[in-house]
Amino acid sequence: MASQVAAARLPRRGLRIGQQRALWAYLFLAVPLLFFAAIRVLPAVSSLYISVHEWNIISPNRPYVGLANFHTLAADPRFARAAVNTVRYVLVGIPAQMILGLGLALLLQRIVKLRGLFRALYFMPFITPIVAASWVWQWMYSQHLGPLNKILQAVGLPAQGFLRDPGQALYAVAAMVVWQYLGFQVVIFLAGLEAIPRVYYEAAEVDGATGWRLFWRITLPLLNPTLVFSIVYGTIVYLQLFTQVLNMTFQDQGGPLANTLTLVLYVYQLGFQRFKMGEAAAATAILFVVILTITLLQMKLLSKPVEY
Amino acid sequence: MKKVWAAIIIAAAVLAMPAAGIGQPRVTITYWQYFFESKVKLVDQLIAQFEAQYPGVKVAHEHFPYDAYNQKVASAVPAGAGPDVINLFYGWVPLYVDSGYLQPLPLDAFPPVQLERDYVPMIRASKLDGKYWAIPTAVRSLAMFYNADLFRTAAVVRPPVTWEEFQAGAERMTARDDRGRITTMGFGMAPSGQDHHLLREVLFRQWGAAPYSADNRRVTYATAAGAEALRWYTDLITKSKVGAIDFFPGAGGYRSAFMAGRAGMIVDGSFAIGAIRRGTRASWGVAPLPGRTVGGAPSNFGSYWVHGLTTRAVGPRREAAIQFLKFLVSEQTQRLWLDAVGELPAYKRLVDDPRLAADPAMGPFVSALPYARTTFFVDEAAQRQVLVDAVNEVVLNNKPPRQALEEAAAKEQKVLDEFWAKRKRP
Repeated sequence: MASQVAAARLPRRGLRIGQQRALWAYLFLAVPLLFFAAIRVLPAVSSLYISVHEWNIISPNRPYVGLANFHTLAADPRFARAAVNTVRYVLVGIPAQMILGLGLALLLQRIVKLRGLFRALYFMPFITPIVAASWVWQWMYSQHLGPLNKILQAVGLPAQGFLRDPGQALYAVAAMVVWQYLGFQVVIFLAGLEAIPRVYYEAAEVDGATGWRLFWRITLPLLNPTLVFSIVYGTIVYLQLFTQVLNMTFQDQGGPLANTLTLVLYVYQLGFQRFKMGEAAAATAILFVVILTITLLQMKLLSKPVEY
Repeated sequence: MKKVWAAIIIAAAVLAMPAAGIGQPRVTITYWQYFFESKVKLVDQLIAQFEAQYPGVKVAHEHFPYDAYNQKVASAVPAGAGPDVINLFYGWVPLYVDSGYLQPLPLDAFPPVQLERDYVPMIRASKLDGKYWAIPTAVRSLAMFYNADLFRTAAVVRPPVTWEEFQAGAERMTARDDRGRITTMGFGMAPSGQDHHLLREVLFRQWGAAPYSADNRRVTYATAAGAEALRWYTDLITKSKVGAIDFFPGAGGYRSAFMAGRAGMIVDGSFAIGAIRRGTRASWGVAPLPGRTVGGAPSNFGSYWVHGLTTRAVGPRREAAIQFLKFLVSEQTQRLWLDAVGELPAYKRLVDDPRLAADPAMGPFVSALPYARTTFFVDEAAQRQVLVDAVNEVVLNNKPPRQALEEAAAKEQKVLDEFWAKRKRP
């Protein structure tokens, strides 16, 4: 440290003190940048490179195959299935997470006592290790031994297949993910709600607006930046769904009959279980383009500046 | 100043130390396996013995987690590192051969005629293009584990000999609550566990459908007989309801259910003996897999891990690696392996040992070795998925077994075709 301070003080090559400080700042900023390049950018580039080659993970030969991997994926029903499922996770998960999150945040905003406790309780699933939570949920869903079916039967409803039912499995997984991210969503919405100046509500109330009108005309528009952030972030989370699916369907990952399979899980299976690294990298490239497009579209369509 | 001198002297001494070893040429070879505690411990012991026999050779033993094994090889080899002798699942051998990573076993050290005379027949799965590429120390087969306490309660007097008896016993042991949910399975079922092997190499064959053509190029189980075998298996879930998939969640859930006393019978590998011995409260036993009829042709699925020579082993390292390989598969090592790891010896002579056949846990597995067949897997994950899906199509979507099997065969044929198309390349 002493040498750095000394170096900063010494006038060198005519640099002024301000410039020297900036130089040091850039130097320090360069370290994480280099790290980011090595950890994130390089693998991404190499993955793009692998996507146009054939590689079985072992062989030193990686022949160039052009777009063959992409063609194979286009004709692969499992890949199509994974893509459709992934979109379904987004379409089910995001609205559920937004509506429940906003509802809870609005309720929490109204209470003063115990708000901190409730917030902490809702946040807990988010800090619970995903793998552990997935296994507990898998047991809760268990067709024959799980408590959920016990509850259903106690109130006179028929037992359900949940993760074993081709029609329910995806929703069963999505419910667990919503549960997991709900607390995070509530905290984000609470912060957004707190940031809306009270004066708008007071002025509107003077003008005679109440209840739903306040919500539609003031809360929702002024919450827009928070909403956009939540939707974009949430969409990326659902597009990259992996750990929960793998662990909740551990014996037949992505099953039954590929009903819970996601793109990222399929990439993992292709690359590390079936040693088709080229196809796995091609699928990753597709996922990258999809996430980029959706994110840009969402940011363009959803962010509307609001002026009052 | 004194400190500086002391440091210089120590440094000189340290630098001079390796020179003391000069005078005897030493070759260092590297052995890789995945981490399995008892195997790692045993190989450490074996290396000590080997190095005592061959003072000129040093063996570096490196092991990695199972899940990262292939990735580790993939990253080490292009960098010019990696092992001289490597431990592989037999199903990976074609992948390693085609990637140019294994060299064939030398004919003088491992004559094929001798291998085929001395070893259990399943090792032929490691013969590719007329050459042996790898060799096992130990092998595994399937058998039936049964809960003797549940047998007694359900008045099942002896382990079933036919699948018909098996089903009847399973029905008597299955317990359900008043709403029909299973609380104890008669048969702990797991298509993604060992049951896909059971279907492929045992049920299909016993019902009269050979699963693959002799040259392993064609899928042949989608016949009327094959469909009947699949129907028998899926009826256990849908009709007699003696088992359920994912009854206990998780990999090995069927085994956990058995150990917890929640499954009367399971089909599992010899590698499960250790876990079951440690974890099962009830009294239990092992019996050979039932047959279609009394005295009918038995069948079983065998699998094994092999040791191979990599292309990295050249010159003096190759000579040392061959010696080490011979040592690893020697009769003496096989005996130690059986005691320490619990895996069955690959030598016919040891298999015929009456003491082994009389072992209540090992016996039924050993008795299956003469006829146990390996599946020529070219993409195990995909081939397993195909049969798991076939079972689910019948069980969950009410597809006729014949149709489910035909779809499965078509999918698996594609996987085989892809493999063989690539193999044609010189």
